[in-house]
Amino acid sequence: MKWATCDLTDYALRKADDTLVLGQRLSQWCGHGPVLEQDIALTNVALDLIGQARGYYQMAAAWRADGSTEDDLAYRRDVPQFGNHLLVELPNGHWGDTLVRQFFFDTYNFYLLEHLAHSPVTALSELAQKAYKEVSYHAQFSAEWVIRLGDGTDESRAKVVESIAHLWPYTGELFEDTDLDRRLAEAGAVPLPSSLRSLWLQKVEEVLALATLELPDPAAYMQKGGLHGRHTEHLGFLLAEMQFLPRAYPDAKW
Amino acid sequence: MVTAAADKDILEVLASVLDPEVPAVSIVDLGMVRYAEQSPDGTVRVGLSPTYTGCPATDVIVRLTEEALHAAGFASTHVETVLSPPWTTDWITPEGRHKLEAYGIAPPVGSSADKKSLFAPSPVVRCPRCKSLHTTRVSNFGSTACKALYQCDDCQEPFDYFKCL
Repeated sequence: MKWATCDLTDYALRKADDTLVLGQRLSQWCGHGPVLEQDIALTNVALDLIGQARGYYQMAAAWRADGSTEDDLAYRRDVPQFGNHLLVELPNGHWGDTLVRQFFFDTYNFYLLEHLAHSPVTALSELAQKAYKEVSYHAQFSAEWVIRLGDGTDESRAKVVESIAHLWPYTGELFEDTDLDRRLAEAGAVPLPSSLRSLWLQKVEEVLALATLELPDPAAYMQKGGLHGRHTEHLGFLLAEMQFLPRAYPDAKW
Repeated sequence: MVTAAADKDILEVLASVLDPEVPAVSIVDLGMVRYAEQSPDGTVRVGLSPTYTGCPATDVIVRLTEEALHAAGFASTHVETVLSPPWTTDWITPEGRHKLEAYGIAPPVGSSADKKSLFAPSPVVRCPRCKSLHTTRVSNFGSTACKALYQCDDCQEPFDYFKCL
């Protein structure tokens, strides 16, 4: 069975939304990092993620073939049309919150891209092969920070334990198999999200052990909704800020 | 017909297009040029591999390449980016590596295949100034997407390292 182009379009949009929203979140750290090197590190990661988002939006626009552009897809859709995971839209919080969120997402993105790189859908596999190499640097960076904070001072440890407890319920959604994922996975186009879960759990457990932290209960209650357009209140504020200029001045040129 | 002479001329033009963020090296030095040829209708077709997906220099490089070709007398050009195979630092030419080091940026150490695993150890990077191997990584992310920050433990100078990708 061959995959449907409209399914691929929706799939690419979800990945685009994940990387765009997280890239936008991270860029909010610009000028606010605790030290210059780490400020620069987060904005570098943000730049890579926005670059990946552009790649996904460009392929989605090409598959829609209705004249829409990458910018239309990023700037002219509202909250219910966004299909990103809830995890990436959550506020930055403090440094530990941002790095734990990043660690959970990077580790997921690393394994996702590793598998997408073998997709028979050329556009997806080409972007994944490229992005995979960038994300391996992200994943190493965020894991190192989780280890440093967990195995650090009493204060850093207490804070990061709280970050993990707060963010953990948002990790289950990364491995939710929607009907769209099932159709595409059955056709062999993309990996089934749930098939990445054991790899992710193993790596997260390994890193948390190095950080002298405990793995939360994998069977805990998990939040859902982002993939179906049901978001937290935070996404609307993020989009309002990000989309203001192109919506207010539709003819603006860079 | 594509003639060898024409292709050589095109390559010479491309070798004059410098990376706006690292103006010591050209797009040829960086191994970004996938193909460069003149079609029978006279159009010069160039394929460029972007270095990082989010590198803001990519759009500028495409424009600079078109401008350089126009200035060299090639009226019709078609420059496109090629994602696959993904660009790797392994494609930086020996001359490009030499130019980077002379400019104060340590060139990539080893091959990108060495860092397949998620937690590969940091490579031993040579200080571009005093050539000491006694250096420390400050951060894997530097002033641009392609660079990491290092410091020399002997001459104490901080420097950029063009990291393996």
